[in-house]
Amino acid sequence: MGKTLENQSTVRGFIDRFGMPRLIIAAFVVLLFVMAPIVGADLTMQIGNVINRFSWNAILVLAMVPMIQSGCSLNFGIPLGILSGLLGGTLSIQLGFTGVTSFFMAILLATPFAVLVGGGYGWLLNKIKGGEMMIATYVGLASIAFMCMMWLLLPYTSPTMVWGLSGKGLRTTISLEGFYDKALANFLPIPIDPENGLYFPTGSILFFAILALGIWAFFRTKTGTAMTAVGSNPLFARAAGINVNRMRLLSVIMSTWLGAVGILVYQQGFGFMQLYMAPNNMTLPTVSAILIGGAAVNKASIPNVIIGTILFQSIVTLTPTVVTAMIHMDISEVVRMIVSNGMILYALTRVMKGEGSR
Amino acid sequence: MENNNAPLLEMRNIKKDFFGNQVLTDINLTLQAGEVLGLVGENGAGKSTLMKILFGMDVIRETGGYEGEVLIDGQEVKFSDPFDALAAGIGMVHQEFSLIPGFTAAENILLNREPTKKGIVSEAFGPRLNTLDYKEIQERSAKAIDKMGVKISGDMVISDMPVGHKQFTEIARELSKENLKLLILDEPTAVLTEKEAEALLQSIRNMAAQGISVIFITHRLQEILSVCDKVVIMRDGYVVKDSPASELDVPEITRWMVGRNVESAHAAEARELPDARTILSIRKLWVDMPGEIVRNVDLDIKEGEILGIGGLAGQGKLGIPNGIMGLYEAGGTVEFDGKPIPLNNPRACLSASLAFVSEDRRGVGLLLDESLEWNVAFSAMQIQNKFLRNFGLFKWRDDGAIRAVTNKYIDELKIKCTGSRQKAKELSGGNQQKVCLAKAFALEPRFLFVAEPTRGIDVGAKALVLEALKRFNREFGVTVVVISSELEELRQTCDRIAIVSGGKIAGILPASESSEAFGTLMVSQVV
Repeated sequence: MGKTLENQSTVRGFIDRFGMPRLIIAAFVVLLFVMAPIVGADLTMQIGNVINRFSWNAILVLAMVPMIQSGCSLNFGIPLGILSGLLGGTLSIQLGFTGVTSFFMAILLATPFAVLVGGGYGWLLNKIKGGEMMIATYVGLASIAFMCMMWLLLPYTSPTMVWGLSGKGLRTTISLEGFYDKALANFLPIPIDPENGLYFPTGSILFFAILALGIWAFFRTKTGTAMTAVGSNPLFARAAGINVNRMRLLSVIMSTWLGAVGILVYQQGFGFMQLYMAPNNMTLPTVSAILIGGAAVNKASIPNVIIGTILFQSIVTLTPTVVTAMIHMDISEVVRMIVSNGMILYALTRVMKGEGSR
Repeated sequence: MENNNAPLLEMRNIKKDFFGNQVLTDINLTLQAGEVLGLVGENGAGKSTLMKILFGMDVIRETGGYEGEVLIDGQEVKFSDPFDALAAGIGMVHQEFSLIPGFTAAENILLNREPTKKGIVSEAFGPRLNTLDYKEIQERSAKAIDKMGVKISGDMVISDMPVGHKQFTEIARELSKENLKLLILDEPTAVLTEKEAEALLQSIRNMAAQGISVIFITHRLQEILSVCDKVVIMRDGYVVKDSPASELDVPEITRWMVGRNVESAHAAEARELPDARTILSIRKLWVDMPGEIVRNVDLDIKEGEILGIGGLAGQGKLGIPNGIMGLYEAGGTVEFDGKPIPLNNPRACLSASLAFVSEDRRGVGLLLDESLEWNVAFSAMQIQNKFLRNFGLFKWRDDGAIRAVTNKYIDELKIKCTGSRQKAKELSGGNQQKVCLAKAFALEPRFLFVAEPTRGIDVGAKALVLEALKRFNREFGVTVVVISSELEELRQTCDRIAIVSGGKIAGILPASESSEAFGTLMVSQVV
């Protein structure tokens, strides 16, 4: 009797620590992996896909970390970073860079935009402490709409990017072949299933590892420690002589820059650059990925990023294969919507809980 | 009506403890219809808890209820929530206003009890859709306002009102309840000007004349004497004095309030430091800290002493350290060791080797979600670059050094925890307070402010915390300023005690001075 009770409490403790939603999603992913061979899908190929998609998305998810840590909440304004990245990418192509050089030039050219825009965004978030998530969402939407006009109006001339007939305005989708398509992925690729063109993207994973290591190291420095303290208790940080607003501003700039780099890495893996409304589709999956990874609204770590991205991308890649094979209907988009919106909803309820207990 | 001689309210042998901490012991009091009872006592004497019991507040039930009996008109009652108390004819006006700013006085007075008219819609869909009878609302609220004997227009919007009128509106809301027999006023004059307060006292007299009993809580003792029929003085959870107001005067009330065990209280080891130089000099300090406004403080603190700052709640004693340390907006001049300290700049104060243990432990003092290591070492790391390893371009945390210093203070201050990695929120109040002290000690300051170091912690931890402060002062020669609501604690710890009243220093006395003298200072300039 006593033993069962003890067991129960350990189980409950485990669920509490791991988080119910994360547990359900992990179980769902395992189920998908088990089902895949049964319904006749190629498991090797599925795993290869998950790894590749992880390498595309991981840095975007990493871009959540600095802002969460400094208490600026979930970065629903990641489109700002993405747009900076797009500006960098298009400029790099416009200026005539090709191959791997164009990738690093894109990062370099995106940096001033990211710093500038991130600074303004951070200034705004400092004005509206407590309402960050809602304001961030609208900042994201507004900036996307604004750039929709800009993509048409900016005087780009590179024939690979502008509309064929008019010779003006950028296309919605731009192929990166010859530019930075697979710029990282083709660095020391390890073949998984070469017949189907499936390789382990060593370069992309390495690049992510370097950035993740950098962020990890940053949060061990004096400044990084101060930033974490600001997120944990701003009043405490202020009483200890920390300039709270400056820390928050710095974190927003870091997040925005990582967002810019993240989208460029995504594009080099995907092989295409998507403009106009496309950045809008990145926000919710990224936010929910880090939440699935176990981050709280003011605490996130590198393991949260890795676990979250793997779980989220597994669902996105495996569901269509397994479900389509079973019921001959594509519900992958539906599943993705349910997971990402559900995760965000869950996170918001946690925010309320946190505020109340304070 | 079988028992006409029974008092309106009788409380018998009320006992209450919060988790083993006895806050009320054997409280007995009686109140006749139309009587005004003044309830006085220091902060923490148990006045509010007693009123919460009477009003059936949730917090009492949630913490295990109370012992003893409450009788209304000779019948025992047991309120399970404030609505029961309201139904029994008890009204309460709290210290904070609960009015809707955009509504008129009349609407606020009858909020949720509005008289309604039936209409076609409500005939069809039920009484929830009745329309409000504004004429009736006006009449009834006017009647309630009349009961107080003041003139306030029922049409006036709350947000346009001076504070005094808001207070009257609150009271009128209670008076508009037909069955009101007993009204509890919790420091109603604290926010009023003298003239408004006088009007309020007059209205209390009017209410009493109409047979409504009033329990009146205030720190302004003069008001008690001018309006009350009888006075009940509480101290440390006991009723120490219960007598007609006519038999008391202000000094006597003060003595009963603060003078616990006057003979046994020993101003332990109070030192005189005639040769010590002034290390911190404060001139014309004002601090805009809500609820603790400092108006004009001049104070010189001697090197190496322990100075106590006491006074009643809300008089500004907490504003002094919070203002100097830059947590609330402040002005004036503060010189430390001959050099001016810039105000409104926490970092500059900390760099100048001042430290502060905040009275708001959980809000300002601790990183609740982080380990003890972080809590202890953070300030020293950020201000003095301690516990860092230098790697040329950047500085990394030295987790080893952080652990070492945390363990040192865990041993020294006997902090009960599972280890230096435990999260601060998991500790008890007393141990959290010790962590706050460790944080300040780790800065190795020359000057330390400690605000309310023993608030909400048990007796054992109290002694330990005060002992640690003393030791810190004696061994390292650190000047310590202790701000506390508990005079006795200050008298045991400090060399000199400054009393703050009305946002100013009312006087500085040696700790060995009698409690009565301190009590007189406390109420001298109350605003």
